[in-house]
Amino acid sequence: MTARTLLGLLVAGLVLAALAALPLFAGPYAVTLMIGMTGYVVLATAWGLFSGPTRYVSLATVAFFGIGAYTVGVFSETLPYPLVLLVAALIGLAVALVVGLSTLRLAGVYFVIFTFGLAELIRQLVTWYEVNVTGTLGRYIFLPVTPEGIYWQLLALAAATFLFSWGIGRTRWGLALKVIGDDEVVASHCGIDITRLKLALFAVSAVIITLVGAIQAPRWTYIEPSIAFNPTISFLTLIMALLGGADRLWGPLLGAIPLFLLFEWLSANFPNHYPIILGLVFIAIVFLLPKGVLAAVESRLRKGGAR
Amino acid sequence: MSELLALDGLTKRFGGLTAVNAVSFSLERGEVVGLLGPNGSGKTTVLNMISGFLPPTGGRIALNGEAISGLRPNRIARKGVARTFQLVRALPSLTVAENVVTALAFGRRTLWGKAAHEAAHAHLAAVGLAGRADQPAGALTYIDQKRMELARALAAEPELLLLDEWLAGLNPTELRIGIDLILSLKERGITVLLVEHVMDAIRALCGRAIVMNAGRKIADGPTAETLRDPEVVRAYLGDGHA
Ligand SMILES: Nc1ncnc2c1ncn2[C@@H]1O[C@H](COP(=O)(O)OP(=O)(O)O)[C@@H](O)[C@H]1O
Ligand SMILES: [Mg+2]
Repeated sequence: MTARTLLGLLVAGLVLAALAALPLFAGPYAVTLMIGMTGYVVLATAWGLFSGPTRYVSLATVAFFGIGAYTVGVFSETLPYPLVLLVAALIGLAVALVVGLSTLRLAGVYFVIFTFGLAELIRQLVTWYEVNVTGTLGRYIFLPVTPEGIYWQLLALAAATFLFSWGIGRTRWGLALKVIGDDEVVASHCGIDITRLKLALFAVSAVIITLVGAIQAPRWTYIEPSIAFNPTISFLTLIMALLGGADRLWGPLLGAIPLFLLFEWLSANFPNHYPIILGLVFIAIVFLLPKGVLAAVESRLRKGGAR
Repeated sequence: MSELLALDGLTKRFGGLTAVNAVSFSLERGEVVGLLGPNGSGKTTVLNMISGFLPPTGGRIALNGEAISGLRPNRIARKGVARTFQLVRALPSLTVAENVVTALAFGRRTLWGKAAHEAAHAHLAAVGLAGRADQPAGALTYIDQKRMELARALAAEPELLLLDEWLAGLNPTELRIGIDLILSLKERGITVLLVEHVMDAIRALCGRAIVMNAGRKIADGPTAETLRDPEVVRAYLGDGHA
């Protein structure tokens, strides 16, 4: 078991090193592509971290993503860069705790609607503030961060996210998450504080998502609320995680990579029909693979093995 | 003996229905007490309020003299109350051992790792599930799931164990084993409140019986006497038989 774990960590480390070395060989377009892809891998994995075990479907992804991006927009000229990231993470954490405390009691579709509404609300608040207080709508972000720098930061965040998910799976909290996924009533009767556990998970997931927004923000150089809080980001994250299977460590990754490439291709070649195709893909996934690709492959394998 | 559990005027209303109506009783430490009554008389609702699954509408529940009414189930579990459910609640995607480890890891002793697995195996062996530890719980038969649920409840090392029709659905052989199992709990000094319809089991296990009807407590005393009580007979068999 420990030998296997070591081997796994070693392989993961090598893959990470290879990915980090990529910009040294590949051109700028590849780096741009990798930034987008790594960003969505982290978003989908962080989404699955909370929604996999709890089965809450959150559309708040872009609320936190946008908070991250906007924090950079506001503080990039007054604070040193690492501090900007820290402030973004702390704001994301604070919002997640407030939102979590007030909404984790909502069940099913009410939670979905609330999280969608939350993202819109924050977007409207930011717009109102910028128009009425700052007097402008957009903001420029001039930071001396290279595309490679952004890519490496995202890669580090991805590694940290996977390490966290994997690590928690080895503690009793990982077991608690599986129990919550099966039956919350039994979980609480076994002594698990489900409210606190869900809140903690929601907060960790939200902070990671906030950091993705903050790290990617310098790519835009100019942001306004409709860019930073674009609801498509929430929907894409959701579809990617569902396609791969949100309740598995590697599920969201397996969903994020092909869908990101597909959507890149679609938006380049069919910019006008892109939203329609997005909707169709969404529906197809929910109907054909409701539990995700990984679960489908596993059950196929199990059936094959039994034959 | 000292008092472990005390219910005082416990009441639960669901809209216009009063499912539990001002019920009071107490359990001495080490007692095994039967909670009886026709279907719908409010027995499960009483257990649900003791375990924290439902908040009471009125009244008070005290464990070891400390009020627990309205606390959430995880708090009450950690104070030493464990239960099984009338309709078995396995954790189907976990293994049988993991089901039991859950209670160990989040119970009062917070066991984890090797210690938890060894303890889980011991608890499973005690209910006759040795060797099934690594199967998925969802693959067990109904009866084995009931056994596993008991092992999970016992793994929490409760002071008070609530059993909701745990013996229902067993065949005569299994019933015998089940009764012996509960008797062994009594020897270990665990206080048990069991909701049960199987009269033989109640006579064999419970020194004392509490009877409910339509949300009210109608009798409370030594089992044999209580079962002869005319009001109890009427509640069970209808007016014509009293
Ligand atoms: N969660 C609930 N919501 C509404 N009514 C309930 C609920 N739980 C139980 N009841 C009602 O309360 C009454 C007592 O139920 P219960 O405690 O399950 O009885 P018993 O266990 O004695 O058969 C029944 O009429 C039942 O329909
Ligand atoms: Mg019942």
